[in-house]
Amino acid sequence: MKKQAKKPFDTSKIPDNLCPIATVHAELKTGDWRAERPVVDREKCVKCATCWVYCPTQCIQEKPNWFEADLTICKGCGVCAHECPHRAISMIEEAEDD
Amino acid sequence: MPKKLVCDGNEAAAWGVVLSRPDMVAVYPITPQSSLAEYISQFVADGILKADLMDVEGEHSVLSVLQGAALAGARTFTASCGQGLAFMFEPYFRTPPLRLPIVMSLVTRDGISPQCVWGGQQDAMTVRETGWIHMYCETAQEILDTTIMAYKIAEHRDVMLPVNVNHDGNYLSYGVEQIELPDQADVDEFLGEKNVNWHVALDPERPMGVDPLTGGAGGIGPSLFVRYRKGLCEGMQNALAVIEDIHRQWGERFGRFYAPLVESYRMEDAEYAIVTIGSMSGAGKDAVDAARNAGEPVGLLKIKTFRPFPLEAIKAALSHVKAIGVVDRSVSFGWNCGPVFQELLSALFYLRIHIPAVSFIGGLAGADITVDHFERVIRTTADIMNTDEPLETIWLNEAD
Repeated sequence: MKKQAKKPFDTSKIPDNLCPIATVHAELKTGDWRAERPVVDREKCVKCATCWVYCPTQCIQEKPNWFEADLTICKGCGVCAHECPHRAISMIEEAEDD
Repeated sequence: MPKKLVCDGNEAAAWGVVLSRPDMVAVYPITPQSSLAEYISQFVADGILKADLMDVEGEHSVLSVLQGAALAGARTFTASCGQGLAFMFEPYFRTPPLRLPIVMSLVTRDGISPQCVWGGQQDAMTVRETGWIHMYCETAQEILDTTIMAYKIAEHRDVMLPVNVNHDGNYLSYGVEQIELPDQADVDEFLGEKNVNWHVALDPERPMGVDPLTGGAGGIGPSLFVRYRKGLCEGMQNALAVIEDIHRQWGERFGRFYAPLVESYRMEDAEYAIVTIGSMSGAGKDAVDAARNAGEPVGLLKIKTFRPFPLEAIKAALSHVKAIGVVDRSVSFGWNCGPVFQELLSALFYLRIHIPAVSFIGGLAGADITVDHFERVIRTTADIMNTDEPLETIWLNEAD
């Protein structure tokens, strides 16, 4: 896949109250919304990237031998766990004291 | 040499579109807008209007398609009304905060139910609080001219808002007049360079997220949301001066001067005034002439621009009168009066002008508001000058 190499759009000449656009990732931490979080079984993960394709927040990160969700962004929707063909992802409840 | 032709209001709007040279149009037919959609299609088929015409399955798609087109830099046009506008509401509300300068004819129609396909302003009045600019026309020529001006207003850098050019269904949509068609070269020079997506775009050359998630209860979301809301209100307020300036420019170039915000008719020494909006104003002016001939000190105030609300212009026009009667062609269900009347009450209170005012509702569902009706409006308004009591709404066509 070709990576996006273009520089972000120069917004300095646009009034900052004109129109909702974004050229950098928002500060909003959607991870705060999560009730359950995905946990990856590294033994089962084969790095097929199915979770990476399906994640609606695009928060799946590549690790040496597995993929996992960036928990500051992951909303806990569970799509990755549902789609994982190797059942390597399970959703566990966020503990209150976690 | 400007050409003259005889046509109805819908065709006049379509000629205004032709002369504004949009890149993309999308229209879905709905009475009494349908013939406007047909004229547009015919002009595209005949090569008179060199724009992409999108065939879509309904009004929701019409405006969604045009949002995409505007984000790609296209000048765009559509037309709708009534139930079609109702179906369009989701993208309709989204257009102003995206600051997309889309121009739309609203061929105003009354609301259903009871079933009716006739004129009325219920549709336009229902969406008056959405951030679109609303200008109401009185003649076919004004429709053509205002359609072209609408692009220059919408695309003005201090405004960047969508514009509804409203004309009364049936009375203006099908009423035939002689109109003058401006020269294309003149219109090109008047409009200048098109100015659509410098601020927000779907463009691989300058990647950006359009309309990202904003708001919520934490972080910077809420203040960002407020910033955009205030920005939209600012654009609306900026539009008041821009609308005046562009009407002046139009008059100087084409010789036709229109009152941009409100028109004062025989108001100079008026002791009381009637207020109108749209095509009813002609009958209103005739009735005022007759009353003036009989010695009545009455004037007429016609509202052209209803959004943004022309507060200062209304102040200048009404500060010396002792009573007003406001004629609406739609209903404010929550206030049991007309919406224009209800907003004028707000304006008068805000301006500390304490005078008696009475609401008239007429012309619903295609009913005619005649000179006779206006004679009653004038008589009643004259009678209330020394009243302190709140006055009940008068329904003009109740006994017709």
